[in-house]
Order: sequence, then C-alpha cells, then structure tokens
Amino acid sequence: MLSFEHLSKTYADGTRALSDINLIVQEGEIVALIGGSGCGKTTLLRLIAGLDRESAGQIRLDGEVLSGPHPAIGIVFQEPRLLPWLSVSDNIAFGLDGLSTAERQARVSHALEKIGLVEHADRWPRDLSGGQQQRVSIARAFVTNPKVLLLDEPFSALDAFTRASLHEHLLSLWEETRPTVVLVTHDVQEAVTLADRAVVMQPKPGRIFDELPLTLARPRDRTGLPFETSVRRVLTALDHSLKAPQAQPQRERDRQAAALWW
Amino acid sequence: MTGQAASNAWSSHEGAAALAAPTSTEKRRAFDGRILLGFFLPIAIALLWEAAVTFGLAEGRLVPPPSRIIATLSALAETGELWTHAWMTLWRVLVGFIIGAFSGIVLGALSGSSKTLRQLLDPTLQALRAIPSIAWVPLFILWLGIFEASKVALIAVGVFFPVYLGIAGAILSVDRKLVEVGHVFRLSRVQLARRILLPAVLPEAVIALRSGLGLGFMFVVAAEFMGASEGLGYLLVDGQQMGKPDQILAAIIAFALLGKLADSLLVAGTKPLVRWQDTVRERL
Ligand SMILES: Nc1ncnc2c1ncn2[C@@H]1O[C@H](COP(=O)(O)OP(=O)(O)OP(=O)(O)O)[C@@H](O)[C@H]1O
Ligand SMILES: [Mg+2]
Repeated sequence: MLSFEHLSKTYADGTRALSDINLIVQEGEIVALIGGSGCGKTTLLRLIAGLDRESAGQIRLDGEVLSGPHPAIGIVFQEPRLLPWLSVSDNIAFGLDGLSTAERQARVSHALEKIGLVEHADRWPRDLSGGQQQRVSIARAFVTNPKVLLLDEPFSALDAFTRASLHEHLLSLWEETRPTVVLVTHDVQEAVTLADRAVVMQPKPGRIFDELPLTLARPRDRTGLPFETSVRRVLTALDHSLKAPQAQPQRERDRQAAALWW
Repeated sequence: MTGQAASNAWSSHEGAAALAAPTSTEKRRAFDGRILLGFFLPIAIALLWEAAVTFGLAEGRLVPPPSRIIATLSALAETGELWTHAWMTLWRVLVGFIIGAFSGIVLGALSGSSKTLRQLLDPTLQALRAIPSIAWVPLFILWLGIFEASKVALIAVGVFFPVYLGIAGAILSVDRKLVEVGHVFRLSRVQLARRILLPAVLPEAVIALRSGLGLGFMFVVAAEFMGASEGLGYLLVDGQQMGKPDQILAAIIAFALLGKLADSLLVAGTKPLVRWQDTVRERL
C-alpha cells in the first residue's frame, strides 16, 4: 500500500508544485494521474521515486516512510533513458546486479520475450525505434519485480497504434506480478484502458481535484458503451478541473477586496 | 489476439527500415568519391610542379620537385637515419603524452566530479593555461637540463591542458537524466562513476586525448628546435642550416605521416570502447 500524507513540494524558486496531497493507493492497483500541464504530476512521481525531497508531509510504502530511492520502486520516464553504451539486453539487466548470472539471464530473456524484442537483444538502443526503446525501458523497470511501478507519460511521444500495442505489453507484464502502478497520462482513453482509478489533478498549487473509480472488467473493450461512458466521465471531471481555478481565485480576490474595504 | 497483429505491424516497421538501409550505403559510396576528389588538388599541383622543373620552366632549388623529395626520403630511409630520427621523435611524444594525458585525466576527473576540488584546482590550472607553453622552455632547461627531461616536460605540458579541460568538461556535461537512472537503481558513488559517468565521458575523453596528441606533435617540434642531435625536428633545423629544402620537406612529410599514424592508432585502440557512439565519430 502506497500512501501520501499531507504531501507538499515547493521548489527552490517558490513554485508550489504540490500542496497537501492525501491519497492511498492499494496494493496491485493501477492509478492514473490526469491533469493539465504543470499540475505537479511529474513532481509527484519524482518524490515517490526518491529523486526529489518533499517539502512537507510524507510518503509511505507499506508503512515504511520513504526517504530516497527505494529498491521496491521502479520508474519509467517519459523518454526511454536507455544507456546508449549498453546493448538492449544489458540495458534490461541494468538493475539486476545483485543476482546470479543464470537468474539474470533468465529474467532478461523472459522480459525480451514479453516485449517481443528477442531478436533485438544484442543491438544498440540507437538502432531501435522510439516505441521499441520505450518497451525496453518498461522491461528494465519490470525485471527487478518492483512492488510499485511509476510511469510518467511513457507513451505520449508515440502514435496511437503503437500506443495501443504498448498498452497490451504493459498489461501482460503487469498480470505476472501485479505491482502497484501509478501512471501519469494526458490521454483519457489511456487512463480508462489501463487504470482502476483516475485521479484528476489541478494546478497552482498542484492538488487533487477528483477521484473516479474505473471498474470495467478486464480485458477492456475499447469500443463498448461502458468504456465510452467512463471516458466521458473522466473528461467531464478534467473539464471542471481546468475551469475551477479561475472561479476560485475570483472568490479569493473578492474576499481580499472585502477585507480591504472594512 | 491483437498482440499478434501488433507484432506483425512491428515486423512491417522493420521491413520499412530494411528498405531504408540502402540509402545509407549509397551515401557512403558518394562519400568515398568525395575522398578521391580531395586527392585531386595536391596531386595535380605536384605533377604540374614536377613538369615545370623537368622542362626547365622553374629551377626548383628552393622548392624541390616531388621526385627529389621522394629521393631524399628514400635515401634517408636506406641509411637508416630516417628511422632513428622518427623513432626518437615518437619516443619523446609518447613519454610526454603518457605523462600529460595521465595527469590530465586524473586532475580532470577530480575537478569534474567534486565541486570543492574544482574550486580548489581549476583557477590555478586556468591561470597556468594562460601562459603560452613555449614560454616555459627557458625555465625547463634551467631546471631539467637541455636533454630529454626538459623536452618531455614541454610536451607533457602541451598534452595536459586539452586533456584536463576535455575530461572535466565531459564529466560536467553528463546527461542528468542518465545519472538519475543510476540514482533510481541506487548505485553507490563508485558504481555510478564506473557504470554511468565513465562510459558517458569516453567519447569526449577520446576526442580530448586526440587533441592532446596533436598538441604533443606540435610541441615536439618546438622541443627539438631547442637543441637536439636526433629527431625529425633536428632534421628540420639541419636542413635549414645546410640549405637543404628537400630534407626539410622530407622531414615535414615524415611528421605528417607519423602524426596521422599515431592518431589512427589512438582511434583504432579506443574504437571498441565507443562503438555504440560511432555516428559522430565516423565524420571526424
Ligand atoms: N526543478 C524545478 N524547479 C522549479 N519549478 C519546477 C521544477 N520542476 C517543475 N517545476 C514547476 O512545478 C510545477 C509542476 O511541474 P510538473 O513537472 O510536476 O508538472 P506536470 O504535471 O508533470 O506537467 P506536464 O503535464 O506538462 O508534464 C510547474 O509549475 C513547474 O513549472
Ligand atoms: Mg510531467
């Protein structure tokens, strides 16, 4: 179980990227974080991954307060971030240093099979297409069997068709060990395809606006009516989240004006 | 299942890549043609000059024709003189290069990887760099005598600065995004240096070493000008004093070949380390 308690992050330049985030993600749950640009989604993932420090509040994984990168947490960045000097299979094996050679090879070849890149095992990353590179980076995160997997818009740079095929690769990897997944996305369809719950965020300061359960049965039929309905629900929430900030400062200003008046 | 369809789609992507492949070989062939084009001008000039001297249009005393230069070179090679001189020069460059490159790598790595050390070391080294290296010559001769030690020291100084700057700069410019990958997998400082920083700086380190080697060859000439009885630089001075322009040109050609040979050896030796990165290198 991953939980956030009064989590806030203010950057050195005073930007309030996150303010008072409270959320509980159940074990094995897939949560999609959706929200406009700059509402702190990446910041939240970086805090969980231990790449940045929170300004206030805390994150717990199964009760343990996180401080710094945790071995049970893996992350897939928006760019593949493969190490260009390692072959595809060595990239996948990057986090498996502690294991025996046999175990390492077994895991890597299994992952290669899962992502359909067996014949590319010995190539350099630069010889792969963008979608293939992103698959390798997903495999690199999965082979360590993380309890929590963080995905920051991993498919946003890809075309719709490649994206759909990567969704399947991702779900088939997820089926095996059922890690907790926090997925950042701009794509409502993607959220409804993959997630058990959509968390809609709002900027300035970054906070949670709404949570919507997505309880469709898996595998999900993207053409069915329930899917359409869910997409529309999330879109509506997203719409409100984008409109609300204008309403709120207005009220705030009125109150300040009133205070001055008196 | 759709997974099947997706993988088919992937193989069709690869089919497209295979179709695209011939363009790169075509490009390479066009490139080869252009290399040959580069030979045209010097060969044409050499032939014209040769003809001009043969037909008495020019005297060719101060600017000897190619045939005379080649004759001088082969005469020097036959007596074995050429090899002693070339070997002496190469030896000086090699020793100076090893000393300069080693200290450049060590200090560059220190100042690239620790802010405190950089603030301690860098200002002094930058100040020293502002001194034209040849200006050290009188001091080196006083300190180290006029024989090998002072020559090697001058070459080492010449090699040191480009290597130091290249290594420190390369470490500072390592992509933060890749370093974060190391953090996520909780690498220790040593592991991070070995598994991410070192491979990431290798391409730039090779470039730094190459420019260091180039400067080494520049400084060996200066070093051999300041009094040597052996070395290609000595052949140059001797040719000037004896009025033998063909010997000077022969030595210059030997310098060019030796420099190119050393550079190619360095490139070939480091190629396996940076093969993943050959896209840029192939153009160098
Ligand atoms: N290193 C930083 N220093 C200062 N401010 C930052 C830094 N990183 C992000 N911010 C600010 O924090 C806020 C949230 O940024 P974040 O990258 O988390 O947004 P996001 O939700 O991921 O946006 P997007 O969907 O565009 O990726 C933004 O206003 C951004 O300008
Ligand atoms: Mg982001």
